[in-house]
This record gives sequence, C-alpha cells and structure tokens, in this order.
Amino acid sequence: MNTPQVQATILIILVPLMFSYAIPLLGWRWRGSAFFVALAAIGASMVCSFILLYTVLTQGTIHYHLGGWLPPWGIEYVIDPLNGFVGVVVCVISFLVTLSSKESVQKELPDKKVRFYTIYLLLFTGLMGIVVTGDVFNLYVFLEIASLTAYALIAIGEDGAPLASFNYIIMGTIGACFYLLGVGYLYIVTGSLNMADLAKLLPPLYHSNVVLIALAFFLIGTAIKMGLFPLHVWLPDAYTYAPSAVSAFIAPVMAKVMAYILIRVMFTVFQPSYLIEMVPVASILSWVAAAAILVGSIMALAQKDLKRMLAYSSVSQIGYIVLGVGLGNKMGLLGAYLHILNHAFMKGCLFAVAMALMYRTGKRNIFQLGRIHRRMPFTMAALVIGALSMIGIPPTAGFFSKWYLILGSIDARNWVFVAVILISSLLNALYFFRVIENAYFEGVHGHSQKEAMDGIAKVREEVPLSMLIPIILLAAGILLLGLFNERIISGILVFALPPGF
Amino acid sequence: MIEYLMSKYNYWIYVVLMMIGFYAMMGKRNLVKKLIGMNIFQTAIILYYISIGVKKGGTLPVVMEGATRAADYVNPLPHVLMLTAIVVSVSTTGVALAVLLMIYRRYKTLEEDEILKSMR
Repeated sequence: MNTPQVQATILIILVPLMFSYAIPLLGWRWRGSAFFVALAAIGASMVCSFILLYTVLTQGTIHYHLGGWLPPWGIEYVIDPLNGFVGVVVCVISFLVTLSSKESVQKELPDKKVRFYTIYLLLFTGLMGIVVTGDVFNLYVFLEIASLTAYALIAIGEDGAPLASFNYIIMGTIGACFYLLGVGYLYIVTGSLNMADLAKLLPPLYHSNVVLIALAFFLIGTAIKMGLFPLHVWLPDAYTYAPSAVSAFIAPVMAKVMAYILIRVMFTVFQPSYLIEMVPVASILSWVAAAAILVGSIMALAQKDLKRMLAYSSVSQIGYIVLGVGLGNKMGLLGAYLHILNHAFMKGCLFAVAMALMYRTGKRNIFQLGRIHRRMPFTMAALVIGALSMIGIPPTAGFFSKWYLILGSIDARNWVFVAVILISSLLNALYFFRVIENAYFEGVHGHSQKEAMDGIAKVREEVPLSMLIPIILLAAGILLLGLFNERIISGILVFALPPGF
Repeated sequence: MIEYLMSKYNYWIYVVLMMIGFYAMMGKRNLVKKLIGMNIFQTAIILYYISIGVKKGGTLPVVMEGATRAADYVNPLPHVLMLTAIVVSVSTTGVALAVLLMIYRRYKTLEEDEILKSMR
C-alpha cells in the first residue's frame, strides 16, 4: 500500500519539522516571514490530517513503515480512527490559534518573533509525532521534543515565567523518565517496542509483577505530563505566566495529546480486561479523576486572574477526560473522546479571548473587566459561548460530552460520579458567570467600580481581524460541534473504540 | 540474602541512584541542586537500560568467528535507545541551565525561598 494518502502519514510531521528549520533561515532576512511560514506548515499538516482521517474511515487502518523496515524491528506509524481523530483536532486547533497569535506575538515578544515561531513549530511537530507513532520508544522521543520546546516557550513569558518553567522542567522530566522506565520494564518481559506487537505478546504475561509495575510507571508518567489532580502543581503557574499566544496553544492541545497517550497505553498496549478485571487500575483512575474535577473547580473559584482561573478549570476538565477513560464502558469512553474534541475548542476559544484581552487592555484581573463588552462586543460574545459550553448549556458542545459521561457513570452504577459531574457543572456556572457579570455589567466591588467606569470606552475597539476571525471561528465551532455531535459520534468515534466495546 | 543482593548489584545501584536523584529534586531548595538531582535521576535510568542489554560472557554485537548463537552477543538495542536518551538528557540540562540563567538575572539568586519571597 503506497498510495499518496499513505505518504500523508509521514508528511504530517516532516513538513512542520523541515519548515521549523526554514524559519530562522528566512527570518534572518525577512523577519515578518516567520509567522507565515509557521502558518503554512501547520496548514499543510492540517490538510494531511484530513486526508488521513478520511482514508482511515473509508479504507481502514494505515500502516507506514519507516525506511521499509518491517514492524517488530523498524519504527511503524499507525493511523487508526482514534489518532486520525486526535490528529485532526490538534491540527485544526493549532491552525486557528496560530492564526490568532500574529498580533499578540508582535506586541508581547517583538524582538523574539523568529525564534518564537521556530520553537513553536517544533512543539507542533512533537505533538503530531506523538499522535501518529505506533512505537512506544519513538513516542518517548516525540514526547521529549514537545516537552523541551514547551519549557522554552513558557520561559519567555512575563515575570515569574522562568521559575514556572523550571518547576515544569523538573516535574516534566520525572514524568518522561517514568514513561521511559515503563517502556524498559515492558521491553524486559517482551523484547518488543512496537505497540501492536506488545499487545500480542503481553496477555500471557499479565500475571507478572513486572507488567504491573510498567503499567504503574506509564500511568504516573502520563498523569504528571497532563496535570492530573495530585500531580498538577506545575500546570497553573506554567499556563498563567506563559506568553498569551503560548498558553492559548498549549492549554487546549498539549493536555489532550497527553490524554491520548494515556488512552493509547491503556487500550492498545494493554487490554481493557487487564485494566478493569485483573487490577483495579481503571476504578482508581476514575476516583482520582473525580477528585480532580472537584478540586480543579473549587480552586478556579478562588482565582482573580483570568488565565489562572482557566488553568485550574483545565485541571478539572482533564479530570472529565480521565473519568471517562476510567469508567471503562462504551458511553464513558465516548464521552472522553468527545470531551477531547470539545474541550480543545472551548479552551482554545477562552484562552484566545484571554489573549485578545491582554492585547487590548493588558489586564487579566476579572474584576477589572468592567463593561468591556462595549469595547469588544464580538470577543466577549465568544467568551460567553465558551463559558456556556464549559458549564454545559444544551446547544453548546460542552453539554454533550457531559451527557455521555453521565450516561457512562449511570451504566457503571456509580451515582457518586453523577453527583460529581453535576456539582462541578454548578461550580463552573459560578466561576464563569463571575467573569460574564464583570464583563457585561458594572463592577459590584467599590474599588474596581471606579476603575471600571474610567475604563469604559465610548468607541468600539475590537481586536484586529487576524485575531478576531479565529476567535469567532472557534466559538462557531463550539456551537456546530454541539449541533452535529451525533454525526461525529456515529461517523468517527464509534470506530475509535477499542475492540470489545 | 547477600548473594541475592550481590547477584543483581547493578539494579540495586540503579534504584539507589534514582532515589538520590528523586530526593534532590523534591527535597532541595536550591535550583542548581534540583537540576543535578534531575541529572542523577536520568543517569540512573541509563544505567538500568545498559544493564538489561548485557549478558554474561556475551561479546560485541558484531559478527565474529566462533560466536554463532544469538546468546553469544550482548543485546545492542537498549544501548542504542540510550544514545537517544543521553541526547534528550543533555538537551534537557541545556534548556534547564538557560532557564536558570534567566532566573538568576532576574532575581540575583538561585535559592527557591528567596525567589518566592521577592516575587510576592
């Protein structure tokens, strides 16, 4: 099978990789070109990802053997409906966020533009590599590419960013090293690094403690990387202090890719029967996730800084995805998949709005927003749509993933999780309506009211079109995904379920 | 018991090194000490991978006279994997040192407590 569609598997990472080296070369002469090169590369990857998803759905799983070496020995890239879907999500969100980043980067990092987009594109390469690869060690290499570039991008932010980045380096390295140890333990017992091969070799060895320890290392490693509740300490600082364009890119995309690793390891390398029946890993994960949902929401309620609030809300939303995975039934897993898509759009939209606010006003304190809707009506409308979706108001996308997660909890006969999801939705409503209230009405706090009145502009001052259009597209995406969620579930996601569901 | 410990001494060293690195990363308040702890942690994993490839009496993984069975050769794959891991470890250290430089220029110290105090 060597059709042009199959070549898209390698082009999806080769194009951004090569273009990331072209950026400093071109940027040396034409500084303005960096943004366009990065956008073109991500656009090309996006086209490839659509081709791949279409091919997978019509012709079945794609295998690409690097250098012609056959799977157990060589590195293999595999595209099945699950990573075809995640690839499209990552590409589309990255494209829209990159499109909106132009003016913000120009304002926040004027003399670092060329270097910024070089590293930015490498981060995108790393994330796409994680998505397409079918080899556990190759995944580690891409994981480190993505992490190293993310450390660098966070460190160039405002005051406090270098320390946040250093803490992320320490935590992220522990996570990646645990993942590497997991690979090593599996290699001892099987002698293989290929995911499909491991899945075949492992079932007879399920009684072994080595396999159990490998699984524990994998889970803790990926949990640190995605910021699951007790291991999330690096996440709020990193998202808050990073440049606005970086948090808008990392927050929606990176945690989703890490959640994808978790799903891939749990349901491709290991089998659902092992995780659910032989060791109670799945139920431990879902209880941890339930704690993450509540703690993230409560912490978000206590924040004044918009970006920090969104970061804690991310902690809680990652809990939703892991809860769906941990439930280990069809509805729960569909909810988790759908939430990967929906949350990427919601967080992309909300962080892009935060970026627009930083660009126009330089303020992130939610009590200083004071009637900002007069200045930026469209941006604030996008914020409202994103917020309603996070709360889970029906026509928006957020409602449907929560709906499936609740159905999954009911299927698992676990009423505590149903209660957790409902309580968390109420908490979401509390902290997002606080933002909406401050953005649309006069401040109720005496001190901020005066500031707010001064800040009211008589004229409309929308952000530039290059920032506004992606924000509106993301907000429209939230509504469309909500309306067409049935199509996505029955057309793509049911094929992405692991066998036996 | 002693024999059991001695027969797998390289794995015990790996565990001890890893715990030393882990302690330095979590327990120390100086950022450079944390970074060194991180390096020890990564080196421990490299030692572990090197150990799993070695066989008693195995020779270099190059076709040689007199060594005809696979058991006669050490397993080169874990060693090759570690080449990549060493590169990763070096670049992580590089990025971390650059970030430390940024921290030092901004706060004139590398003690975490003092930095947190001056950030407030």
